[in-house]
Amino acid sequence: MRKGAARKKQRMLIVFSGLAMLGVAVSLVLVAFEDNVTFFYGPTEVRDQAVGEGTKFRLGGLVEEGSVNQNGATTEFTITDLNATVRVAYTGILPDLFREGQGIVAQGAIDSNGVFKADEVLAKHDENYMPAEAVEAMKRAGTWQHATSSAQ
Amino acid sequence: MEGFSFAELGHFALILALVCASIQSVVPLIGAARGDAAMMATAPMTALAQFLVLAVSFAALTNAFVTSDFSVLNVVQNSHSLKPMLYKVSGVWGNHEGSLLLWVTVLALFGALVALFGRNLPPGLKARTLAVQAMVSVGFLLFMILTSNPFERVFPPPFEGNDLNPLLQDPGLALHPPMLYIGYVGLSISFSFAVAALIEGKVDAAWARYVRPWTLLAWAFLTGGIALGSWWAYYELGWGGFWFWDPVENASFMPWLAATALLHSAIVVEKRDTLKSWTILLAIIGFSLSLIGTFLVRSGVLTSVHAFATDPDRGLFILILLVIAIGGSLALYAWRAPQLQGGGLFRPISREGALVFNNLLLTTATATVLLGTLYPLFLDAMDGSKVSVGPPYYNLTFVPLMAPLLIALGVGPLLSWKRADLWAAMARLKLAALVVLVVAALSLIMLEGDRAYATLGLILSGWVVSASLVEFLQRAGLGRTGPGAMVRRMIGLPRAAWGMMLAHVGVGILVAGATGASLLTTEVITTMRPGETMQLKSLNLEFESQQEVRGPNYFALRGNFVARDADGDVIARFAPENRRYIAGGQETTEASIRSSLTRDLYVALGDPDGTGGMTVRAYIKPFVPWLWIGSALMMLGGFVSLSDRRLRIGAPKRSGARAGGDARAAAPAPAE
Repeated sequence: MRKGAARKKQRMLIVFSGLAMLGVAVSLVLVAFEDNVTFFYGPTEVRDQAVGEGTKFRLGGLVEEGSVNQNGATTEFTITDLNATVRVAYTGILPDLFREGQGIVAQGAIDSNGVFKADEVLAKHDENYMPAEAVEAMKRAGTWQHATSSAQ
Repeated sequence: MEGFSFAELGHFALILALVCASIQSVVPLIGAARGDAAMMATAPMTALAQFLVLAVSFAALTNAFVTSDFSVLNVVQNSHSLKPMLYKVSGVWGNHEGSLLLWVTVLALFGALVALFGRNLPPGLKARTLAVQAMVSVGFLLFMILTSNPFERVFPPPFEGNDLNPLLQDPGLALHPPMLYIGYVGLSISFSFAVAALIEGKVDAAWARYVRPWTLLAWAFLTGGIALGSWWAYYELGWGGFWFWDPVENASFMPWLAATALLHSAIVVEKRDTLKSWTILLAIIGFSLSLIGTFLVRSGVLTSVHAFATDPDRGLFILILLVIAIGGSLALYAWRAPQLQGGGLFRPISREGALVFNNLLLTTATATVLLGTLYPLFLDAMDGSKVSVGPPYYNLTFVPLMAPLLIALGVGPLLSWKRADLWAAMARLKLAALVVLVVAALSLIMLEGDRAYATLGLILSGWVVSASLVEFLQRAGLGRTGPGAMVRRMIGLPRAAWGMMLAHVGVGILVAGATGASLLTTEVITTMRPGETMQLKSLNLEFESQQEVRGPNYFALRGNFVARDADGDVIARFAPENRRYIAGGQETTEASIRSSLTRDLYVALGDPDGTGGMTVRAYIKPFVPWLWIGSALMMLGGFVSLSDRRLRIGAPKRSGARAGGDARAAAPAPAE
């Protein structure tokens, strides 16, 4: 009998510590999701003021032909969804697949001059070398069909 | 070719494997239910046959790649006749179809190993385990044959192939997939043992002894596979990061976390005959996470260099497999687990209590990673909004959960089973506490007190390393005997004690490496012309010259750099490259890294700035080599611990006969 009670107590203890741990984890996750989830927007949405100055987000689209301008270690270029454009500045080494006409994704925020300051330009892509989020930007702008023909 | 077609042979072998697996998944189960020895005996035979035909199939695909047989579509898409031999071979698994073939081959390999080395397993358990293993095979073989045939032909065959993604043409990455697969597909054996035990309705200490070596083997390979992938990302991607919390990385990290928890809880089952149903659940969760990982990576829901396939049918097929495997095993668990007998009691402060704590933290951490990985997919499916969950999320969820785990890791091994005296254990760690104080003081001075998190990371690292060493040395008689006797006792200690010490010390060292890489890095990005210099902390980095070089299947622009210290003495030379591959025209950055024991110096070359200069990125990364040393120690710890089982089995024990099977089960590991 006593052993049964002790087992029950042991099980309760484990269940309680499990629940406590879960509580801690849930609160950590909620706090983390609050501030650390980065949303994605396309150039058209940026033009339509979907995001405020200084808010971190991901921007996707095509690098506009003839827009790349190197200034020391800083590269400036324009990302387009073939409907609207955003000027981007990035300091650092660009991913190997970065070139004009290519789809890219950048992470950063709009500064007070309306330029998107990128902390990161991502080379994530599938086997067709097209980032999903660049496609998404054009789908949102309604220019996706057009884009595929011009990008290739 | 030449009248005998290897590709068709390979395809035929795949179908034969499906036939073997189908028999293996049904007949032994019926045999075990009826107690029919002849039917049960089909399990090992079919398991071996299945592995052999898959090996033939794998050899046929390898042959197509090695001989650049461009009549096979897969070879056309992923190979090139100029490619070096190593990458022709690694091209076999550098694509969707081939990597699946590797997946099922490893699955069958583990079945065959159990068939061969598990001779002394109880026949019922063995038959059922192999049958469950074969069910997984059937699912994946069907998937391959119906949607992803690696041997598809093209007509007319082209003269040249499209080449393998140049990022994947790398020695570290050539080995990464096989190792990772041995690890994460290897967890299938723990899963099969768990499901078999549920069917039998019996879990005891002997069961835990059968399962542990297999889990340990899979875990050690998974550790190595993940470390190799991380190492590759570190030097190949040119960003100097070692872990990006990318969903594909998480896909292999979650099974690792679950397997780590399983390794620890199986000890409790083995030694104390308790926590049984939890251990069974962990074994199911571990492999389920492998399957989820496979789904995430293979279905094309994520985009990355790993996502070869973006065919929605394939995604749906794996999803169905996933639902059947995970749903089925969990339903069986819900039905049978309540019948498992509870075992020994323990107080919260005890070895069991510490291991439960370890398990709670590891599984919670796994859950936070899973949530972070799936949340973007979930949101996308809900309302189409695209979000990404990056390192800041994990820094706030995963990392805080690891801190108490690392603190407990130091104390846990000193607690006794059933009930322990926490203060007595702490008192034995005085020496470790002293080390921690020294590390704390040193890092505060070194970092000038302004980096609290880095200091904390180094303190935790010092704590784990010193507490693990102190525990080990005390076992060998530290403070009680002379040095000579201590060495002798140390050699005599069980291999499992050595394994635990090595793995735990490895964890501590890895923590220091991660701290250095993520918190203490010095970075300079600038443009330089040949002849110019830059200052990197106290180092002086000169861009001496640049030159064109030609590799076997690429052209490269190479920069020659030299680093000098404050006195002008040369410390290291660097030759980073920018490569352009001939076949696809893709460019890659080859960073140049010089490692010493305490830091990495890292130089990567970017693009020309248009005025004769080049973008250059240089880092000083303290402790980074410790990431790889730590991982290697963990892996070594796993193998040393595996070898223990063989030795221990030699000594007569309560369950000598059963343990003998266990010894053989463990035997293949070191030879792998």
